[in-house]
Amino acid sequence: MSLLSVEGLTIALPPGGERAHAIEDISLHLDAGEILCVVGESGSGKSMTASAVMGLVPPGLPIVSGRIVFEGTDLLRLSAEQMRELRGRRLGMVFQEPMTALNPLMTVGDQIGEVFRVHGETGDVRGRVLRLLEDVRLPDPPSLLGTYPFRLSGGQRQRVMIAMALALGPSVLIADEPTTALDVTTQMQILRLIRQLQQEKGTGVLFITHDFGVVAEIADRVAVMQHGRIVEQGPARAVLNAPQHPYTRALIDAVPHGTARATTSASEEVLRLDGVRKTFRRGGGLFKRGSAVVAVKDARFSLAKGETLGLVGESGSGKSTLARCVVRLFEPDGGSIAFHGTDLLRLSRAAMKPYRQRIQMVFQDPYASLNPRRKVGDIIAEGPVTHGVPRAQAIAKAKDLLRLVQLDAGALDRYPHEFSGGQRQRIGLARALALDPELLIADEPVSALDVSVQAQVLALLDDIRHRLGLTMLFITHDLRVAAQVCDRIAVMQQGEIVELGDTAQVFGSPRHAYTRELLDAIPGKHWMPPRQAA
Amino acid sequence: MGAERLLRFLAQRLVKAAIVVLAIVVFQFVLIRLAPGDPASVIAGQSGAADAEFMAQLRAQFGLDRPMHEQLWIYVKGILTLDLGFSHRQQLPVATLIWDRLPATLLLTGAAFLFAISAGVALGVAAARRVGRPADSVITVIALTFYATPIFWVGLLLVLIFSVWLEWLPSFGMYTVGADLTGLAYALDVGRHLILPAITLGLFFLAIYARLARASMLEVADQDFVRTAHAKGVPEGRIIRAHVLRNALLPVITFAGIQAGQLVGGSILVETVFAWPGIGRLAFDALLQRDYAVLLGVFFCTAVMVVLFNLITDLLYAVIDPRVEVA
Repeated sequence: MSLLSVEGLTIALPPGGERAHAIEDISLHLDAGEILCVVGESGSGKSMTASAVMGLVPPGLPIVSGRIVFEGTDLLRLSAEQMRELRGRRLGMVFQEPMTALNPLMTVGDQIGEVFRVHGETGDVRGRVLRLLEDVRLPDPPSLLGTYPFRLSGGQRQRVMIAMALALGPSVLIADEPTTALDVTTQMQILRLIRQLQQEKGTGVLFITHDFGVVAEIADRVAVMQHGRIVEQGPARAVLNAPQHPYTRALIDAVPHGTARATTSASEEVLRLDGVRKTFRRGGGLFKRGSAVVAVKDARFSLAKGETLGLVGESGSGKSTLARCVVRLFEPDGGSIAFHGTDLLRLSRAAMKPYRQRIQMVFQDPYASLNPRRKVGDIIAEGPVTHGVPRAQAIAKAKDLLRLVQLDAGALDRYPHEFSGGQRQRIGLARALALDPELLIADEPVSALDVSVQAQVLALLDDIRHRLGLTMLFITHDLRVAAQVCDRIAVMQQGEIVELGDTAQVFGSPRHAYTRELLDAIPGKHWMPPRQAA
Repeated sequence: MGAERLLRFLAQRLVKAAIVVLAIVVFQFVLIRLAPGDPASVIAGQSGAADAEFMAQLRAQFGLDRPMHEQLWIYVKGILTLDLGFSHRQQLPVATLIWDRLPATLLLTGAAFLFAISAGVALGVAAARRVGRPADSVITVIALTFYATPIFWVGLLLVLIFSVWLEWLPSFGMYTVGADLTGLAYALDVGRHLILPAITLGLFFLAIYARLARASMLEVADQDFVRTAHAKGVPEGRIIRAHVLRNALLPVITFAGIQAGQLVGGSILVETVFAWPGIGRLAFDALLQRDYAVLLGVFFCTAVMVVLFNLITDLLYAVIDPRVEVA
C-alpha cells in the first residue's frame, strides 16, 4: 500500500471561470522514501493538488469527488480538527516564497517551536529546535533562535521553512516550488538538502515544480499536469528522455537547450563601457551617515553591432544596476559609457534625449511594467509621440509593431490586464521597438514566464533581432537561457565582472571559480533535453 | 536593542523635538498677531467707555506697544525657562491656568482614546472574521453611522437618552457640585461624569479604528505566513491572535499615534457640550477674548504633546516590529 494515494480527485472552480474544474480526476501515489515531482505550467492545478492533500483548499472550491488516502485513512472524511492535528505532525509543507512565508514579527525559534507547542509537545522545545536548525545546516543555531526572519537570506529562510515542516518527523513532505524564488547556487543547496533529509528520514516528498531541470535533478517519478489533469506519469528517466504525451514533449522541447549558438563575426562597435561604478547610499540623516553598498565596480565591456552580450549573475550581483546605468536610469558615479564613440555620461539631459530613443529597454515583470490605466496603443505610441512623431502616425506604427510581435491589431484599444504574461511581454517589446532602437537592453525578459511561453518569446526576440539588426544586452540569471541567446557572456559577482568571453568558452572551459560554481548549480545539468526526433 | 543605542536615539530625537517645538512657537506667535484685534481692544470694547488713551495704556501695560520682534524675543526667552507668560485677562500665570485644566482634558481624551482603540479593534476583528456575513455588514453600518454623525449631535442624543430619559448618568460637569466627596467616592463620581463625554468623543475614532482593523486583518489573513501557520497545524484561534492580529495592528498604531497627538486639542466641542472643565474650553474662551498668552500657552502644550506622542509611537513600533530599528 502506498503512503499517500490520491484517487480520482476532482475539485470544482466557481461557475463562470475558464474551466469547470481546478483539477479533474487526479490519481497519483507516493511511496515512503520517494520523490514524486508534479510538473506543469502556471494554472495547471499542481498547487491545488498539494493544497488538497494538506486540507487547505480555499473555501468556495468544493471537492466534487475522489479520495485522498494517507496511511490508510481517507483525509477527506476527517473533521477539521483531526486534519489540523495531522498538518504539521504527519504532513509537512514548504512554500515557494521564503521572503513572505515566515511571520515577520516572530523569532525563528518561536516559529519553529510553535509546531511543537500547538501539537502538545512541550518537552525540551528549545533543544529540539536547535537540533532541527543543525539538521538543515544553518550556522550558529543558538543565536538564530532569537533572530527575526528579515535578517536571513532567502536560502536561509527556506531552510527555516524546511526545519519547520520536518519538525515532528512527518511521513510526507509537500514542497510547492520551494526553490523557484532562489538563486541558482542556493537552489542547488536546497535541493541537495531536501534530497539528503528525505533519504535520512525516509520521508515521501511530493515536489511541485515548473522546472524540468529541477525534475531531472531530484525526481524519482514524475507526473505532468495540464489544465487540471495529469497527462503523463512515470519514472523520471522515462518521462524526461522519452516523453509520450505531446504536451510533455512540447514542454521538454521548450526547455532552453543550453547549447551555445554560432557566434557572429565582429563588426562596428556600438557600445563601450569603461570603469563604470555605482555605489548606493542607504539611510543617513541629520545626525549620521548612511551605509554604502557598491553595486557596480569598475565595469568594462564592449558590444559590436548585431551582437548579443549576456550579463549573468545571481540576485544582488549588480547586473540590473549596470543595465540601468547604460540607459541612465541610474547615474553612475564614474567611468564612461560610449555609444558610437560619444560618452553618454557627459551629455546633459537635453543632449541625451536623441540617444534615449536609440537605446531601449525591456523589463522583467510583464505585470508591473505596463501602466494598467492606459490602453496598449497609447503605451506603445507614447515614446514616439514624446519624440515628436504625430499621434496618428505613431498609432499606425504601433499597429505594425503589434503584428511584428505576433499580436492582433485589436490589442491597441485594450488594457494590459486583458493579456497574459507572455502577451504583455510582447507588448513591452513592441513598446521598446517603437523608437527604432539600435541597442536593446532586455532585463530578465523571460524570467516571469512559463517555460513554453518563454520559448516563444525567446524565439520572437531572436527573430526580431535578426530582422532589425539589433544589438542586445541580455540580462538573465538563467544560464540555459543565456547560452541559447547570447554570443558572449559576462559573469557578474558582487558588482564585478569576473569573467567575460565567448559563450562556448565560458560554458565549455570556465576560467573563474565563480563561473564554475554557477555552472555546477544548474539543476539537472547532466540531463540534455532530447532534441525533437520527429 | 542596546540600552546605549536607545539612549542615543532618545537624545537625538529630543533635540530634534525641541527644535520643532520652538519653530512651532515662533510660527504661532507670528500667526496669531496676523489676526485682527488684540486683548486691549477687546477689554476696551467690553468696558464700553474706552478712548484711545486708555487703549494705549493697556497696550503699554501688556507690552503690546513694543516692536514685534522684541515681543517675540521676550516670549521665546520665557518659553526657554518654561515661563508661559501672564494672562492679564484672568490675572493668573498661564502655566497655572493650563496646569489646572490639563488633567481634566487628559482624563477625558485618554478615556475616549482607550475606548475607541479597544472597542474599535475588537469590532474590526469581529467583522473581519465574519467577512461578507450579516454581522460584518451590521458592524460596518454602525461604524459608518458614528463616523458620519456630527460629534455634538451624538453627545446631545446620549444626554437625551441616558440622562433625561433613563436618568442613569449625569449630563454635564466633572463632579457633583456641592457633594464634597473624597477618595473612592470622588473617583466613582468623576467616573460617572466621564462616561458620556468619553463615549461621545470616542465613537468617532472608534469607527475609524474598526474600519482600519478590519481592512488590515483581511489583508494580513491573505499573506503567505498565515498559510504557513495553517500548514503547521496551528489552531484557528491562535492563528488569529498570534499571527494575523499582531501584524494587523501596525497600521492601527500609526493612526493611534496621530490621534494621540490630538489628545489635548481635539475635545473642544465635547467639552463645550458636556461643560467639561478642560483645556479645550480654556482655549476657546481665550480665542474669543484675544487672550494671546493663554492661547499661545495652549498651542505650546499641544505642540509638545504631538511631538511627544510621535516619539512614543516610533518607540512602540520598534518594540512591536523588529524590522523597524531605533536609530
